[in-house]
Amino acid sequence: MNKIKHLSVTRKIDYATYAGVILAFAAVTILQRLDMVSRSMEGMLIPICCYVVMAVSLNLTVGILGELSLGHAGFMSVGAFSGVIAAMSLRDMLPSEPLRLAVSMVVGALFAVVASFVVGIPVLRLRGDYLAIVTLAFGEIIKEIMNCLIVGFDSKGLHIALNISGTVTIDSLGLDETGYAIIKGAQGATGTDKIATFTAGFILVMITLVVVLNLVRSRAGRAILAIRDNRIAAESVGINITKYKMMAFVTSAALAGAAGTLYGLNYSNMAAAKFDFNTSILVLVFVVLGGLGRIWGSVIAAVVLYVLPEALREFADYRMLVYAIVLILVMLATNTPAVRSMVGKMIPRRSKGGA
Amino acid sequence: MEFLSYLISGISLGSIYAIIALGYTMVYGIAKMLNFAHGDVIMVGGYISFCVVTYLGLPGWLSVVVAMLVCTALGILIEGLAYKPLRQAPSLAVLITAIGVSYFLQNSALLIWGASPKVYTPIVSGQIEMFGGSLKISWVTVVTVVICFIIAVGLTSFISKSRMGKAMRACSEDKGAAQLMGINVNRTISTTFAIGSALAAVAGVLLCSFSPSLMPTTGSMPGIKAFTAAVFGGIGSIPGAFLGGILLGIIESLAKAYISTQLSNAILFAVLIIVLLVRPAGLLGKYVPEKV
Repeated sequence: MNKIKHLSVTRKIDYATYAGVILAFAAVTILQRLDMVSRSMEGMLIPICCYVVMAVSLNLTVGILGELSLGHAGFMSVGAFSGVIAAMSLRDMLPSEPLRLAVSMVVGALFAVVASFVVGIPVLRLRGDYLAIVTLAFGEIIKEIMNCLIVGFDSKGLHIALNISGTVTIDSLGLDETGYAIIKGAQGATGTDKIATFTAGFILVMITLVVVLNLVRSRAGRAILAIRDNRIAAESVGINITKYKMMAFVTSAALAGAAGTLYGLNYSNMAAAKFDFNTSILVLVFVVLGGLGRIWGSVIAAVVLYVLPEALREFADYRMLVYAIVLILVMLATNTPAVRSMVGKMIPRRSKGGA
Repeated sequence: MEFLSYLISGISLGSIYAIIALGYTMVYGIAKMLNFAHGDVIMVGGYISFCVVTYLGLPGWLSVVVAMLVCTALGILIEGLAYKPLRQAPSLAVLITAIGVSYFLQNSALLIWGASPKVYTPIVSGQIEMFGGSLKISWVTVVTVVICFIIAVGLTSFISKSRMGKAMRACSEDKGAAQLMGINVNRTISTTFAIGSALAAVAGVLLCSFSPSLMPTTGSMPGIKAFTAAVFGGIGSIPGAFLGGILLGIIESLAKAYISTQLSNAILFAVLIIVLLVRPAGLLGKYVPEKV
């Protein structure tokens, strides 16, 4: 007990974050055993894990690196499709589902890393709103390319084609009789094995938290924070701006890729259009409402805001309208000086950027 | 001949993007915010015009006027209720609020007009035939290009000549100094939103005449593309938005015709990225060196 008292405030918050996630997982698992989780709730568990990972990883780019990214769903898309391809191709080689899921997630993360290098090298040279619009552009480009992707698998291995002319279909691949389609262009992935599990989601969330929190508390993390707070000052004390920006950006993309794989392997059908601009925005809303740079905030915001439209079911058609109004009101309430000072009196202010 | 007709349809589409981009760029120049709800104002403009023509049976040109009035009021209302309290807030908070407004408009439209697409009757119909019928230009195209040109010229002279235009330029340069010179900053910003929204209404009507199906999400993709056009030309610059819009329309049309329909947006955005890498402030944008 004495040991806990000596920990710094940020450390305590970090441990509390881990503990909170573990407790939530334990509670949900127990409730599942007792059959007290509704069907619709059960279907949301894995997507919630995916969005928590997405929000925490985007917080690394937006909150901690301080660069607005509007294309985070693009990396999720890359991860989802490469992960699905990996999982389906390894069907015979790796019969064990958890192992196949793990390998697929690594593949998804790796492809997202490659994509983030391609995107990051030009993007991170730009600043502010220009950077935002270019990430948006990359997100859209990735979406369109995925929309053209046609992949099949047979005894000879993977067959990949790009439907650029609009006339290529799965039949153009010339699969032999043992072959099956994995991704069918605009229809997206079809007939995917649903091998994602809630436990895997929980493990991914924990890995994400460990990676992000340790990165932020490390020497590299302090360099990234320094770049956010004052780029010129950071550069003048010898911090390699490009290197640390890339580090944050690539880590963020890798986690998004793994989350995408988990998401893709949770549905038997998934179209590329799912990962559009609106998905990027959805995750950005989680991050901003959870608090920039505040990791536990992102976790809670992702869970609450993902469940909220579901909880608003009784409003039926009005639920997205209510969601929009809630969003605007929260932004107005938290950013109006009068409300801020009132809240400030009730809660003693903590230093900015505290986890 | 084929090339010419693709080029003309590109210019026409580009004119619509240019009108939307003008609204974007004005608002950005003065309020320094990415107004993601702008695309949805276009959609509202389209629906209002649709309703006036279909339910009230009034002529098309009158529906444009009504749409402009409604959208202007809407623009002022949105600005006053959602953006004005956030003048001092960090830009991300304003961005999220704009996204909230965008959701709000889309879902209100969904509740009022339903999800199924409405078939919009173009405000002008018919076409001109040239070169013995080998080149056909629809009147919508001609009207779109002419309107865009008039708006661009009008807006440029308004910004450079009128008192309000001068106030707008002053506010975009330095709000604090503008206020000290006796300019009503809040009113100037509201006026900018009003003009931008009126332009969005015109764009909405033209867009629906161009591709006559109207849905609650009709405005979002053209909105994003027009935003791209504004950045392409140099955000904050009126001639830049005009140029960027037209170029983007031409690129999209030619990419669809000669490269790939599937990848036309990807090509569009790739061009944007390349331009921004060569000219980080856009084609006509001012590059402001950073002072330490």
